Amino acid sequence: MNKFGFTTAKSRVIEYDNMHNKLLDYIIENEPSFSACLSCGSCTATCSAANLTNFNIRRLNIQIRHGELDGIRQEIDKCMLCGKCLLVCPRGINTRNAIMLMKKGLVSLELDN
Amino acid sequence: MIDVIIIGGGIAGMEAACTLHDFGFEIIILEKDKHLGGHLQNWDTLFPTKRNASEVLDHYVKEVQKRSITVYLNTDVTSVTKQDNGSFEINTSREVVFKCKTVLMTTGYDLFNAERKEEYGYKIYDNVITSADLEKLLQTNKGELRSPSGNPIKSVAFVHCVGSRDEKSGNHYCSNVCCVTGVKQAIKMRQLLPEAQVFNFYMDLRMYGAGFEEMYREAQEVWRVQFIRGRLSEVAETIDKRLQVKAEDTLSARPLRMHVDLLVLLVGMEASKATGDFAQSCNLACAQNRFVETADFHIASNKTNVEGLFTAGCAIAPLSVFDTVNHAKAAALTVKEHLRLNN
Repeated sequence: MNKFGFTTAKSRVIEYDNMHNKLLDYIIENEPSFSACLSCGSCTATCSAANLTNFNIRRLNIQIRHGELDGIRQEIDKCMLCGKCLLVCPRGINTRNAIMLMKKGLVSLELDN
Repeated sequence: MIDVIIIGGGIAGMEAACTLHDFGFEIIILEKDKHLGGHLQNWDTLFPTKRNASEVLDHYVKEVQKRSITVYLNTDVTSVTKQDNGSFEINTSREVVFKCKTVLMTTGYDLFNAERKEEYGYKIYDNVITSADLEKLLQTNKGELRSPSGNPIKSVAFVHCVGSRDEKSGNHYCSNVCCVTGVKQAIKMRQLLPEAQVFNFYMDLRMYGAGFEEMYREAQEVWRVQFIRGRLSEVAETIDKRLQVKAEDTLSARPLRMHVDLLVLLVGMEASKATGDFAQSCNLACAQNRFVETADFHIASNKTNVEGLFTAGCAIAPLSVFDTVNHAKAAALTVKEHLRLNN
């Protein structure tokens, strides 16, 4: 049976109050350079996976900073761990290690979905 | 006749006075305030070393005193007029008319009045302060730092480019030092309040000087200051005196909202009003941004369009302490060369 009544669109606003950032804390604890990202996008520009899919490692950093974990497991799986991104990063961020930590963190912190 | 009269007893004026004195010239400093030191008196620490500003201030005041350089405090300059013989006459709030061969203008800058950006709520909401207010607060604060309304501080936001790079405030130029000041103050807040979250809202981060970029990275990596690319649209106060801020997170192309206990506006620099007041009396050329126009930006940045009238420091543009001191030293050499050729 159809549901009746009004529905509201989910807010697009990023709410910083009470944001939970367990995954971010876990990554930064093990790979402090993750917090030095400037969003320059050179990682995404060189990314092999980004040539073939809509995978965007720069955006992933921002999503995790916002504590938005919906669907990121599927995103991470698009990465082939080739490591080109860490060769181009001007801030020397170990992006490949960050990806590995995302995978580990999602499982060990039971954030997987 | 006095060789050089220096208008403005900030660090530029003091540095130039000491160097010119050591060259053997007779100097007078005219200062409008009741103390030497200008804005530096109100700063707690200096970037990028984070040393106490008072160390630098005390150094210069002592150097001036050691040389027994004549200083007139509480003296407002009203006009500077060039005489037919090339010398200058300076009228001030004092009765005496000062006469000299050359004038060095080290009149510095004024801070942008943040009340003009009404949407940020300065002087409307208790817990919105400026970067200059924060320096004052840090200078005098003993014990736990609290917001002006007396609340504990759990989150702080800094707003970059307040009154700079903003056509709406009539200032299209960049004030140079606010970016790095914001980074310095953000680190300080994390050090004083380890439990607090600190956010910096920026349009661009301009870490142009030696050690600035390193400090920015330290803020990110060691202190976990959160840099958000986006300019605040407006600020509103909640019933418990917290502040709701709105901006766009331009890197994820979505609006964002947060509540903070303290909002710090990183105010820029404007050409000093004192400069404008007497610029007309000596036909001194000012640039579109109202700062003094130098005769040649690259090779004669201490000279003005008036021969014998020199300038140094923030009279020409927003400059850091580092740049101001070097520009003042260069001014002393330029004045010396002029006096040598014209005596």
